[in-house]
Amino acid sequence: MLSGTELAQAQQLLALIKKKLTGPLSIMEVCGTHTTAISKYGLRPLLEPLRLLSGPGCPVCVTAAVDLDRMIALAGTGAIVATFGDLLRVPGSETSLEQAQAEGADIRIVYSPLDALAIAADNPKRPVVFLGVGFETTAPAMALAVKQARERDLSNFYLYSCLKTVVPALHALLAAPHGLDGLLLPGHVSSVIGRRAQDFVASLYGVPAAVVGFGERDILLGIAAVLRMIEEGTPGVVNAYPHVVREEGNLLAQKLLAEVFDTAAAEWRGFGMIPESGLVLKTEFASHDAALHFDLPHASVLREQDPCRCGDVLRGAISPLDCALFADRCLPLTPLGPCMVSSEGACAAYYRYDRKKGVAPA
Amino acid sequence: MKRVLLAHGDGGLYAAALIKDLFLRHFSYPELGKLKDAALLSSIDGRLAVTTDSFVVQPPFFPGGDIGKLSVCGTVNDLVAGGAQPLYLTVSFILEEGLPLEELEVIVVSLADTARSCGVEVVAGDTKVVPRGQADKLYITTTGIGRVDPRLALGAEHVRSGDAVILSGPAGDHGIAVLSCRKGVSFQTQVVSDCAPLNELIETISPYFPALRWLRDPTRGGVGATLNELVESAALDIMLEEKLLPVRPEVRAAAELLGLDPLYLPNEGKMIMVVEQEVAAAVRAALREHPLGREAEIIGQVERGAGNVWLRTVLGGTRGVEMPAGLPLPRIC
Repeated sequence: MLSGTELAQAQQLLALIKKKLTGPLSIMEVCGTHTTAISKYGLRPLLEPLRLLSGPGCPVCVTAAVDLDRMIALAGTGAIVATFGDLLRVPGSETSLEQAQAEGADIRIVYSPLDALAIAADNPKRPVVFLGVGFETTAPAMALAVKQARERDLSNFYLYSCLKTVVPALHALLAAPHGLDGLLLPGHVSSVIGRRAQDFVASLYGVPAAVVGFGERDILLGIAAVLRMIEEGTPGVVNAYPHVVREEGNLLAQKLLAEVFDTAAAEWRGFGMIPESGLVLKTEFASHDAALHFDLPHASVLREQDPCRCGDVLRGAISPLDCALFADRCLPLTPLGPCMVSSEGACAAYYRYDRKKGVAPA
Repeated sequence: MKRVLLAHGDGGLYAAALIKDLFLRHFSYPELGKLKDAALLSSIDGRLAVTTDSFVVQPPFFPGGDIGKLSVCGTVNDLVAGGAQPLYLTVSFILEEGLPLEELEVIVVSLADTARSCGVEVVAGDTKVVPRGQADKLYITTTGIGRVDPRLALGAEHVRSGDAVILSGPAGDHGIAVLSCRKGVSFQTQVVSDCAPLNELIETISPYFPALRWLRDPTRGGVGATLNELVESAALDIMLEEKLLPVRPEVRAAAELLGLDPLYLPNEGKMIMVVEQEVAAAVRAALREHPLGREAEIIGQVERGAGNVWLRTVLGGTRGVEMPAGLPLPRIC
C-alpha cells in the first residue's frame, strides 16, 4: 500500500496524467505482471478515458497448444515432466497437464529449473523433462540448469524450451496494423536486455514507449512519460525504471544466454510463428534437448472453431471484457484459454479485479 | 523420552493410563472423570448451537499458539459467530505413533487452559493412535455446544445497504505466523498468531446487539472470502477502504514477499461485524476497550449491488476482491 511521500507523488502524477488526457488514447502494457498490477491497484477506472490494453508479455499465455500437447504425450510415456504450477491447468488441444496428472502421468510442480535438476539426480533411471517457459528474465536460470546438468553428467535431464524473446514479438506486434498510441515496456525483461535494445519501438515504428517498474508510482510515472511524448510529438523510448534497468542491460545474463541458446522461429499463441523469437539449445547441449531426443508429435489436432479469444487479448485487439466467453463459459477453475489460468494472464486479472457481477447478459 | 505407542490405542491398560495420567489431570469437568460412554449435561435454557471443526495445522506449535489452543479458539469462535455463548466442548485426538508425550502434554495443557479462560467445559473426549507416517504428529477435532443468545438476530438476510463493516483487528496475523515457521519457507518475523477466543470480546458490544446484523470469524480465505460469502447470499455489494483496513506492516511485507494478499490470509482471533451505520462508531469504541479489539476499525460499507466486494485503494482506484480460488495454504488451521 502506498504511504507518505509515495502516495503524494502518485497523486501528483495522477493529476498530471488526468490533465494531459484530453481524449481516449490506447497504451499497451506489454508485460503480464504489469497487467495484473494495474488491475490490482484499481488503476483502470481511475485513468479513464485512457485505455490500458494488455499485451503478449505473459509467458504461459503465449505458449502454443502444440507445446503442451507434446508434453502431455511425453508424460504418458513414463517420463517425469517438471514445470511451473501456472502451466498445469492451461488447456492444450484436448486436455491439460493437470488432467494428465490426475490420470496418472508423473508431472511435478517446481519453482525453479534447478528443482527439476534435483529430481533428475534422484531418479537416474527415468528421463526428467523440464518444460521451460518464460522470457529473458527466466531464461538465464534454465541456461544454468542445462550447464549444471552437463557438468554433473545428469544425462537424464532434458529441457523442452518454450523460451521466447520479447523484441521479435514487439516487431510482430508493431509491424501489423495496431491502434496503439504508446507502450509500457517490461521492467524485468528490460533489466536483462537493456533499454537501448528497444529504441526501435520509437525509431522504426514511431510509437512512444517507457520502460516501467511495477509499483503504482512506477506505472503512473511511465504513463506520464508516454503521454508527454505523445503530446509533444517526440516519440522515444525512455527509462522510467532507471534504478533497475541499465542502457545495455545485464551483460552477464546476456553472455550466459548466448553461450547456451540459439534463436529460432517459435510459435506464439495469438501471433503464430515469429522468426528468431524462440530460444533453443545450442548443438553442444543437444544431448539435453527434449525436442531432439524424444519423438514428439508434430502438429496439434486443431480444434475446429476454437472460440477462445486469448490471441486477440494478447495482441491488444480486445480487452478480456470484450470476450463473450469471459466469466461465462471461461472461468478460473474451468478455463478455455491460458489467459484465464496464468497468474499473469490478462483474463485472470480482469476476472479477479475488474469484473462487475450481476450485469445481465444482453 | 516417552512417546505415544500404538499400544496407547489398545482400549485397555495403556489407553486408560494415558487418559488418567495425562488427559484427566488437566480437565476438571466431573462427568469426564467418570469415563462413561457419554457425558450427561444438565438441561440448557434456550436454543442450542452446535459446531464441529478439525485441526491439522502444520507445524503444531507456531508463534502465538499451538494446535491445542487453536482447537478451542476455532470452535468457540464459530459458536460466537453463530450468535451463541459457548458452553461445552468435546475433544477428539488422532495421535501419530512416536509423538513425544511431553509435546502432547503441552498441547493438552494449552487446550485446557484456553477452554478454562473462556468459560467452556470439556465434557467428553476420545483418543486414537495411528502408525507412524499415517498422521503428522496429531490432529484434533473439537465439537462445541452453545446457547443461542436470544438478544441476537444474525444473518445475511438482515444486512442492509448503508450498514457498516467492522473488523475487530489487523488482518492476516495467523497466516503469516504459521507460514513463517514452515519447513522450506521459514523466514524471520515478529508476527504472532492472533489465535484467541472471542466470546468475551463480543460480550463487550452486547448493548449494541439489536443493531448487530451479521457476524463471522474470517478464518480460511480471510476477510476477502468471508465477505464474498456474505454478498453472494445477500445480493449486495461491499466497498472496503484500503486506507482503513488494519494490516500490520510486518504482515504486509511478508505477504508481499510470498505473493499473498493480506485480505485472503487466515485469522484465528478476529471477527467481522456488520452493524447499523448509526452505532458503528460506538461499536468500534466498545471493541477498542477490550484487549482483543484494540485495533478494531470500520473497514467499509454495504452498498446496493449484485454480489461484489470492492476495495477502494488509497489512490482512489477501485478493484474487485474476488473469492479466492486454489490458494496454496494447506494445513493452516
